Amino acid sequence: MSITIAVAGNPNSGKTTLFNALTGSNQYVGNWPGVTVEKKEGILIGHPEVVLVDLPGIYSLSTNSLEEELARDYLLESNPDAIINIVDGTNLERNLYLTTQLAELGIPMVLAVNMMDEVEKSGAKIDGAALGNAFGVQVVEISALRETQIDELARIATQAAQKKGHFLPLHRFSGGVEHALGHIEEVALHQQPEHKQRWYAVKLFERNELVEAELSLSAELKAHIEQDIRQCELEYDDDSDSIIAAERYNFIEEVLEKVTVRKKAGEMSPSDRIDRIVTNRWLALPIFAAMMFLVYYISVNTVGATMTEWTNDRLFGQIILPTISGALADWGVAGWLQGLLVDGIMAGVGSVLSFLPQMVVLFLFLGLLEFSGYMARVAFIMDRMFRKFGLSGKSFIPMLIGSGCSVPAIMAARTIENEHDRRMTVITTSFIPCGAKLPVIAMIAGAFFGGKGWVAFGAYFLGIAAVVISGIILKKTPLFQGEAAPFVMELPAYRWPSLKNIFVTTWDRVSSFVKKASTIILLAAIVIWFVTYFGWVDGQFRMLQSGQIDQSIVAAIGNAIAWIFKPLGWGEWRPVVAALSGLVAKETVVSSFGIFYGFGEVAEGGQEIWSSLRAAFSPLSATSFLIFVLLSAPCIATISSIRREMNSAAWTSFAIGYMTSIGYSVALMVYQLGTWLQGGAFSAWTGIALALLGLMLWLLFRPSPKAGSALKRAKAGARG
Amino acid sequence: MKTLRDVRIGESARVVKVHGQGNIRRRVMDMGITKNVEIFVRKVAPLGDPIEVNLRGYELSLRKDDAEIIEVN
Repeated sequence: MSITIAVAGNPNSGKTTLFNALTGSNQYVGNWPGVTVEKKEGILIGHPEVVLVDLPGIYSLSTNSLEEELARDYLLESNPDAIINIVDGTNLERNLYLTTQLAELGIPMVLAVNMMDEVEKSGAKIDGAALGNAFGVQVVEISALRETQIDELARIATQAAQKKGHFLPLHRFSGGVEHALGHIEEVALHQQPEHKQRWYAVKLFERNELVEAELSLSAELKAHIEQDIRQCELEYDDDSDSIIAAERYNFIEEVLEKVTVRKKAGEMSPSDRIDRIVTNRWLALPIFAAMMFLVYYISVNTVGATMTEWTNDRLFGQIILPTISGALADWGVAGWLQGLLVDGIMAGVGSVLSFLPQMVVLFLFLGLLEFSGYMARVAFIMDRMFRKFGLSGKSFIPMLIGSGCSVPAIMAARTIENEHDRRMTVITTSFIPCGAKLPVIAMIAGAFFGGKGWVAFGAYFLGIAAVVISGIILKKTPLFQGEAAPFVMELPAYRWPSLKNIFVTTWDRVSSFVKKASTIILLAAIVIWFVTYFGWVDGQFRMLQSGQIDQSIVAAIGNAIAWIFKPLGWGEWRPVVAALSGLVAKETVVSSFGIFYGFGEVAEGGQEIWSSLRAAFSPLSATSFLIFVLLSAPCIATISSIRREMNSAAWTSFAIGYMTSIGYSVALMVYQLGTWLQGGAFSAWTGIALALLGLMLWLLFRPSPKAGSALKRAKAGARG
Repeated sequence: MKTLRDVRIGESARVVKVHGQGNIRRRVMDMGITKNVEIFVRKVAPLGDPIEVNLRGYELSLRKDDAEIIEVN
């Protein structure tokens, strides 16, 4: 008979470390249904009948944020057999706030006081037994990092779950409040199960609308309760929800007085000392710039680029591919099968996998930033700037990582608490040129602009501008409005990140990406190969020889849709198909052009084909092409990551559709207005381009519709 | 009415009452800003906003606009 135990606690309390320690590799990571929040489940090591559910890190069970709502709904509706409440031993006061709320749910609970190693080092002391007595639960003092007492915790939690009792919360508030709560219980709740009465009483006292609706109280009853509440509010000179919050903290303060010996207040902790420099008014920005540059340099420029090249050129190009083609030829394998395996699967899959080393490095950095506590400082420093265009300070990291590869960048967006901000970041991150787009930039820059550096600079600038503009525009649409989550953020203590945690998290993320994306990538590679190497010769459908690409299926498709891109200046099948091939991997655009112009293999910047390109494009149409490739739909690996983060086909389609529209519109505007400004005639398309520009400017500068949100704010004020 | 926004860096204040409505009010209270708690204003972010305060043994950052709903003495 399986048992379910929920793991709940504040963010930064070491919950991830604990969950990893309790479940080892027996974890499953997914999403809560319909939302972008991660859900983790696992089997407790040593107790195969116990399923652990990791709830999102929350500060309270009020339903401000999506995470709190999910946690609360889960605890109230799915009825886990027990709760493991993890609290940070070095930060008990605020951590226990959630504990008082969890206790009111009546679910058997075990308190895991974490970071005991740090508590000991600081000289503070905690009387675990006394703490447990105050709340009526068992306490296990652990260090998730050092894995001390973990087995003990597992044992006690399992026992508590197996007992299947309900438990009555022990904490009490001050006289006046208890009186009011008692009265509410008597008058309205005597029919409810005993262990739930306290929870309902408190919620009714706080005037929680959801609970009032759930209990369907008569108007008379409500009025009666309201009197009690008013009286209390007068006595305490405060509003009822504020009274309860204060009472909880008062109770906690009393308990901690008896149960802990604390270090002196007001002393600067090591973290505070570090922050004196790191978030110092003058030093913060330079230090921040240096750190971000370091991340970029190591992961994208040096290690990333080197390893990508090595994987592509050495590993695949010189070792794997020749060996396999050689072997296939030796075995006399049929020509088409050789083609499928080598040109189709290996080439397609290879171009994606070659980015794996860079992804790994980026994930490692991400883990380092998260687990050390520096991520919060990034948000603290960048918030003011990012708020202006509808993003969060935490959106900075995904953008930075996106300059290497969008896949880890999108996964990095997970740390953003507010769902609107998170969605927005996921949608716009791919505008930043990733490593795979660099060969395309190099190709256009080399062929048309003398290889000058400012083209690359322009590409990054374009990406950033697209992010900013999208943020502002989307924020004004109903899809992304709704009450902004307040920026009230904890700055957790700096901690030496556990290498084990970083590696485990990185491994989790990379392997989940490979698992999820490889099927799609494989399929796409096969399809692309098929449509490129098969076509009609002299009326017969057959596999093509090299040089016959104009007769392939893909050329036919390209010809069929080329007209769509005529207004952009490149309505011919070659660039259209090349752009389409970018869906597999953006750098494939270069090799596609190579194939179209008769070169089986091209250098990274595509030098061999520059003259062919110059014959086919003008600098303006080449720019328009580049813009389209840079801004429109990303590669399928990224699309698959977006799908996974958004957890919704609708949102994923919106993201892709939005990006492609932006790419198309900007390329159109540049080409049409550029042609006109260069002395061309004013055509219908010029007019359309101007209209588009006007539309974009209007969307950008119109006043943000505020009326709706003020009303929502007032309504939300009454809810819990 | 003196609010948390008016407290200077390096100074402390005691909370009198939390005003405001909805999410921000709830969030502020949940994070420990309740009647009578002592808050120490540690610093302001390099770009001028948000501010960092210390209360109940931990560090919290919040925007100046939101700090206005916290009445202090």
